[in-house]
Amino acid sequence: MSLQSPSSEQQIEMLTQMLRIREFEERVKRTFTEYPGVIRGHTHLADGAEASIVGALSHFKKGDAALATYRCHGYPLALGTDPKAMMAEILGRADGICKGLGGSMHLTDVANGFLGTSGIVGAGIPHAAGAAWAAQIRKKGEVVFCFFGDGASKQGAFHETLNIASLWKLPVIFVMENNGYNVVTTSEQEDANAAAGQPLAIKATSYVMPGVTVDGTDPLAVAEVVGHAVARARAGEGPSLIESKVYRLSAHGNIIAPPGVPLHYPEHEAITVFGKREEYEAALRGDPVPRFRGKLVQSGILSGAAADALNAQVAAEMDVAVKFAVASPFPALESALDNVYA
Amino acid sequence: MAQLPFIAAIDAGIHQEMRRDPNVLYFGQNLATTENHEFVAEYGHDRVRVTPISETAEIGIAIGAAMAGLRPVVELYMAEFMLVAMDQVVNEAPRFRYMTGGQVKVPLVLKAGFGFAAGWAGQHTGSLTALFMGVPGLKVVVPSTAADAKGLMATAIRDDNPVVFMHHYLLTLEHGEVPDGEHLVPFGVAAVRRTGSDVTIVATGWMVNRALGAAATLAAEGIEVEVIDPRTVAPLDLDTILTSVAKTGRLVVVDQAPRHATVGGIIAADVAEFGFSSLKAPILQVNARDVTVPYSEPLEAYVIPDEARIVDAVRRVMQSGG
Ligand SMILES: Cc1ncc(C[n+]2csc(CCOP(=O)(O)OP(=O)(O)O)c2C)c(N)n1
Ligand SMILES: [Mg+2]
Repeated sequence: MSLQSPSSEQQIEMLTQMLRIREFEERVKRTFTEYPGVIRGHTHLADGAEASIVGALSHFKKGDAALATYRCHGYPLALGTDPKAMMAEILGRADGICKGLGGSMHLTDVANGFLGTSGIVGAGIPHAAGAAWAAQIRKKGEVVFCFFGDGASKQGAFHETLNIASLWKLPVIFVMENNGYNVVTTSEQEDANAAAGQPLAIKATSYVMPGVTVDGTDPLAVAEVVGHAVARARAGEGPSLIESKVYRLSAHGNIIAPPGVPLHYPEHEAITVFGKREEYEAALRGDPVPRFRGKLVQSGILSGAAADALNAQVAAEMDVAVKFAVASPFPALESALDNVYA
Repeated sequence: MAQLPFIAAIDAGIHQEMRRDPNVLYFGQNLATTENHEFVAEYGHDRVRVTPISETAEIGIAIGAAMAGLRPVVELYMAEFMLVAMDQVVNEAPRFRYMTGGQVKVPLVLKAGFGFAAGWAGQHTGSLTALFMGVPGLKVVVPSTAADAKGLMATAIRDDNPVVFMHHYLLTLEHGEVPDGEHLVPFGVAAVRRTGSDVTIVATGWMVNRALGAAATLAAEGIEVEVIDPRTVAPLDLDTILTSVAKTGRLVVVDQAPRHATVGGIIAADVAEFGFSSLKAPILQVNARDVTVPYSEPLEAYVIPDEARIVDAVRRVMQSGG
């Protein structure tokens, strides 16, 4: 199967989406200090995974669906969700995409194909398979993108679902973002394959589906690998497991603290827990966002000035989103009683 | 009307809905393994599938399929097997409508038998209904007659929410009159199984039969018992119960679960709060004893509420109070 490589326009679009995700996440982080207290609970950022998200979703077509985890800010941005409504949701406001009922961990935008997010590790994987069953019955070649972390592959839900998805040839693409950590536990500490020096994609062999490891910091590499998986799924040949190797550039999430303690993002656990500053700094040097920008500028696809203009445009967009969210009112109290039942 | 065993009535409800709505799926373990399986033959493998022994994936897949527009019915056999997938039942299916601000619906039915006090010992006999009753977003159905088994199953499939359909295993072969053709029983409407003016008994599932047996015994003594079967415990038809208690002034709740894990205890609390002025005597509860259900026949019978204990509770509630 040969795939067309992305055109210059598509590559610029990819960079734009990567910049938007990065800027959105930077603004979430900054909001903890600029507007202390407005973000509650736990947020998990996608910085470092932008290339993987954008590369994978470059194959998303209308009618497809994507499902993900609590680390869910990147996907809807790439799918077309309004960042104002996302930021308002993260602040628990009336204009939030989920009316303030879900928050950072549960962003959902059905209109744009972002079907749902579970905060329970691994629990969303079968949901994606269920949506893929619906797609299989509709017989329109639609596929489902299922995003989760490396840690989730230790859950029964992962194994049960890959078995069934393969058996039933469901049109689903399992994209495991392997960032090397489950909070403060390294893959080698919790995964028999990793401990034996094997890629996590090898788990696919148990379930008789393609398992491919890809550099998740390169959007074109991800797009190529996911492209093959998507083509396979659309053709009715069943699921694939993509292990996309990324490095999260922030800590797992903001600190966990009772009300009254100002929340913030600490340094990455490689530094705070393992004292491996060099590991983190190497990841920073390989930061996918400036790297892809540099690549496009170097290859002449984008001028330096145009790239700067993109940065400025994205910064302005996300600035508006934060201001919109902060100004959005809280939902009416009695709205807490809505939407319990359909 | 046809005389059908309870289990066939449930299937009739599933057939009724699968015939009218191509979006209804039916799947689970150890079914649909041959082409002449009655559901496979009629609806095909797009809609009817055997699954591996993977409750988390089965229920999780049902959730995803439901969010994508289908109406899955998952055959789980025994309620205990849902415990393996408790996250999907309690913390996934009923959460999505709410957390998404109403963007998705999760219409699915989890069909699970319970209460099999027939020598199944400790792990296949639980009465777990109350575990699910208090979860906002879940509906919980407990039919006690064959007609309701059909009608409540059909309503469960049409409902736009996740429904736990708890059918009592000891009722499996109980025959009853079941309406032919389309039959729907509304949720949140209790059935008054026997009218009486002295004491109200509320019971679900197989305990309805035992309460009716006790009521017959008591009638011979001149005590008239009203027996109410809520049929669905979420939503709960508290009004019918309060109306009955307003008439009788006395309430006995009967439940097959251990005392602090009962639907009956929750109903007792509601009546104590909202019907206090009607009560002439303290509410009494008849429950399973607080143990794992034992295997040995006389011990099992000793643990599960029987007619004698219900009769005794009614006599006591008649003697207490004003
Ligand atoms: C079933 C369950 N257990 C534990 C947690 C707590 N928890 C939240 S995120 C997380 C780490 C998951 O790691 P991974 O799947 O690699 O995803 P990442 O956060 O690295 O993207 C854990 C343990 C949870 N949410 N759900
Ligand atoms: Mg991880």
